[in-house]
Amino acid sequence: MGKITLKSVKKSFGEVDVIPGIDLNIEDGEFVVFVGPSGCGKSTLLRLIAGLEDTTAGIISIDGTDATDLPPAKRGLAMVFQSYALYPHMSVRKNIAFPLKMAGMSAEEQAKRVDHAAKILNLSSYIDRKPGQLSGGQRQRVAIGRAIVREPAAFLFDEPLSNLDAALRVNMRQEISELHQSLKTTMIYVTHDQVEAMTMADKIVVLNAGRIEQVGSPLDLYRAPANLFVAGFIGSPKMNLIEGAEAAKHGAKTIGIRPEHIDVTPDGAWQGVVGLSEHLGSDTFLKVNAGDLGTLTLRASGEVNFHHGDMIRFAPQAGKMMRFGTDGKLMA
Amino acid sequence: MARSVTPRRKILFTLAAWSVALLIFFPVLWTILTSFKTEASAVASPPQLFTADWTLENYAEVWGRSDYPRFFWNSVVISVGSTLLGLIVAIPAAWAMAFVPGRRTKDLLMWMLSTKMMPAAAVLIPMYLIFQRTGLFDTRFGLVMALMLMNLPVIVWMLYTYFKEIPGEILEAARMDGASLRNEILYVLTPMAVPGIASTMLLNIILAWNEAFWTITLTTTKAAPLSAFIASFSAPQGLFYAKLSAASTMAIAPILILGWFSQKQLVRGLTFGAVK
Repeated sequence: MGKITLKSVKKSFGEVDVIPGIDLNIEDGEFVVFVGPSGCGKSTLLRLIAGLEDTTAGIISIDGTDATDLPPAKRGLAMVFQSYALYPHMSVRKNIAFPLKMAGMSAEEQAKRVDHAAKILNLSSYIDRKPGQLSGGQRQRVAIGRAIVREPAAFLFDEPLSNLDAALRVNMRQEISELHQSLKTTMIYVTHDQVEAMTMADKIVVLNAGRIEQVGSPLDLYRAPANLFVAGFIGSPKMNLIEGAEAAKHGAKTIGIRPEHIDVTPDGAWQGVVGLSEHLGSDTFLKVNAGDLGTLTLRASGEVNFHHGDMIRFAPQAGKMMRFGTDGKLMA
Repeated sequence: MARSVTPRRKILFTLAAWSVALLIFFPVLWTILTSFKTEASAVASPPQLFTADWTLENYAEVWGRSDYPRFFWNSVVISVGSTLLGLIVAIPAAWAMAFVPGRRTKDLLMWMLSTKMMPAAAVLIPMYLIFQRTGLFDTRFGLVMALMLMNLPVIVWMLYTYFKEIPGEILEAARMDGASLRNEILYVLTPMAVPGIASTMLLNIILAWNEAFWTITLTTTKAAPLSAFIASFSAPQGLFYAKLSAASTMAIAPILILGWFSQKQLVRGLTFGAVK
């Protein structure tokens, strides 16, 4: 089981309220991603759940038990750190077995569980090496192995892929997702990368300045961002946000349209000058200077032959435009 | 760009380095050479570095006249004992200062260090009286305690510096893995800090071995270490340089050999954290 509930959880460092008060429900078996810009409090929130930081106020309960004042080891959670945090003086085998040793498990049971974890994570061929002799990806696998053997109620991941190169990051992302599929254990994953959040999560929690801006499935957040912050944060490239007369025309303070929801068409209502075109092969991203509308990003599918200085016409797809009021919230 | 070193420059540097090293080592060398001279050539004027009549007589006499093994054993017990006891106290203290510092941790560290700047003579009488009245006078245990407390600031400071270099996340990982505070220090922190702990240990053994003020003041015969052994050769009958040198050589030889074999470790430990 791994149901985690936060009730009015608050964290202050001296005078500063890093997390002013958060309520959140995480269901058993869910893959929840905390996402937000640097300094939004996502790692602090994870550390509060882990027990590595004391909560200033509020209640954290795990499977119905109040765990607010429990030490980390008693919460039944396992954590994977950004820096891997492997024990450099121990072999891979000893690293993975460490939590079992601390739990006082018999040597045979330790060996059985370590071998099982090593098999799942393809660690068997370097089980007797020290962390210093492993690559970044291998180290991260060891860190995950160390978390798995404990059979925790939930896994906590603190930006685990940030130190890996882009290609490896994609692989590890898939591996972690597959691991979640097979273990079906609750996972809480912190990242600042919204692509990671979108691809891995069952539920995304968008944080800003210690507050939850929105909680929902990746597509909920993509289709109906609660406010301008979520609208700007979720989706890549970012949503175009337009203010002024064009927004007023639609009865809003700001209108938002995603780059993939703008079509380049000769009879489009909007026009602009191409500033930059990024050719990715499958898509082309155009930065267009559209006068009063500002600089907009457009996504054209496939290879499109536009160059710097070309005048183009384009139009938003019907029903895809989002309207935000003066309070920044999405209007119906 | 790296500065190119011309052969001429290299020779000059080498010469300068050797000169400084020789200058520092010269008193030790002089003592060792004198220990093999006769009393007459030891006090010859002008002083001679080398002599024609080398002798081992001084060693034979020093060995015969005093119980060298007892002094040696006392030195070992006092220096190793005070260092080990110091480590047992300092490791948890340095852990707390490095990983859960309070608002006054820095001040506390400075205060601890400042006690090292106090002139030892200022507390001579109280220390002497305390030792006499508590039955610690002329006991190895008393000296172990005294030297441990005296070197504790250095031990804590050195360990604190090493511990600061260990990423806190590794200790947090240990906590998540279910390690108690004791296990965290025993299985994770201490093995990771072994180079630092080893050099702290070596340096403190050397400091304690060479300590003379308190070891001579607070002992008479039973617990007297090698520093008192040397002092016993500056007898009221006059100074016997050759014998005194032989005694000194016998006293410093063990620590010199230890230092020689562990110099790599010592230098590494002392410069730890200086260059990242």
